[in-house]
Amino acid sequence: MSDTHVIRTERLTRYFGRRSVVRELNFTVPRGSVVGLLGLNGAGKTTTIRMLMGFLEPTRGSCEVLGHDSRRLTPEIRARIGHTVEGHFLYPWMRVRDCERFGRETHPKWDGTFFEQSVRRFGIDCEAKVSWLSRGQRAGVSLASTLAGDPELLILDDPALGLDPVSRRALNETIIEFCESGERTVLLSSHLLDDVERVADRVALMVDGRMLVDSTLDDFRNRVAAWIVDSTDNPTINHTIPGMVHCRSLGSRWHITVADPSEATVQAIESIGAHVESTDISFEDAVLAYLSRSRVGHSFYTGATS
Amino acid sequence: MQIRVIPGSSAAIYRQIADQVRRAVALGELAIGDPMPSVRALAKELVVNPNTVAKAYAELIRDGVLETQPGRGAFVAKRRSVYSKAERLRRLDEALETAVSAAVTLDFTSEEILARMRSKLEDLM
Repeated sequence: MSDTHVIRTERLTRYFGRRSVVRELNFTVPRGSVVGLLGLNGAGKTTTIRMLMGFLEPTRGSCEVLGHDSRRLTPEIRARIGHTVEGHFLYPWMRVRDCERFGRETHPKWDGTFFEQSVRRFGIDCEAKVSWLSRGQRAGVSLASTLAGDPELLILDDPALGLDPVSRRALNETIIEFCESGERTVLLSSHLLDDVERVADRVALMVDGRMLVDSTLDDFRNRVAAWIVDSTDNPTINHTIPGMVHCRSLGSRWHITVADPSEATVQAIESIGAHVESTDISFEDAVLAYLSRSRVGHSFYTGATS
Repeated sequence: MQIRVIPGSSAAIYRQIADQVRRAVALGELAIGDPMPSVRALAKELVVNPNTVAKAYAELIRDGVLETQPGRGAFVAKRRSVYSKAERLRRLDEALETAVSAAVTLDFTSEEILARMRSKLEDLM
């Protein structure tokens, strides 16, 4: 049902020249969720967002937002989507007050009080000129302008890039407050895993244009497991471990991370022979495991294959 | 009581919240009948997704640590045993196993571990 999913893509694909940047994406975002969109630079996150917003034509496949094809979004539907671009572009000659007026005149629904509240949270003076603002403050104005339009769906493209810790906290607080009714949906692309762990309840993880993970945060965590093995030499030289993502040295012990471990994985690890124990991993470990595996395919990595 | 969450830890955030509430109840920092903040209020205070707080509360309610009163929110429940003796033993073993295996890999002797355990128990009981 399009009503329970505010974003839906079907085999969404985009080429730039001969290079595929987004490949066969089947991705859905349920209403009311906060989705952390993760991936290395160049994984296809921004290209996906631009196709969702209808700024870029898919080469193949399709995508819809709020139940409407992204290629044919009317101004009325667009008004229900809030979108901030990477870097938080604003007209530099405006004062913050002008940004508020600009927003009021370009949005059918406009909540001036919310704008002022958000701006205050970022410690911004309404008389200040946009060109005087710090990056964090610019993010604040851009976010306030987007949220005051009362969107149902908020798409934030790396909003935390280059923000100081205080602005980052203000950003997180603003997102939590925005979604507290459970009716609004957020798609948040970010590299800050701690912040994503806090504010998101779903993860979508892209690697080389493909979406490898699209699930709740907890399910995702449960898919990745780790073991600690006592061994003087790297145990993966003589043992192939199915699903292995990463093996790093902890002195005389080795920390092995595995995605979707199978019976065969457990057997392989136990067959190393030395003392073996399974260990807990953090959300960050789990994400890094997936992202570092992505480097396996096309770089220096020649060890055990995954 | 003050709940703190630390992202990037090996315990999921909902688990950190649930464990801290359990501990506060065990230590008497939270008394029977004390009201808990609403899911929204706590989510805002901790700056975490409301569903994460809801998940922690759901677990605490399921385990009988908290109870809900319709229209009034969640409160610290009277301590009652919701599990059979066998189930309680199983849970105790599970908890001890984790602690013991962690302790052993840290190279402590049985005496040292038992002594620490005893002093922790004395703090709580």
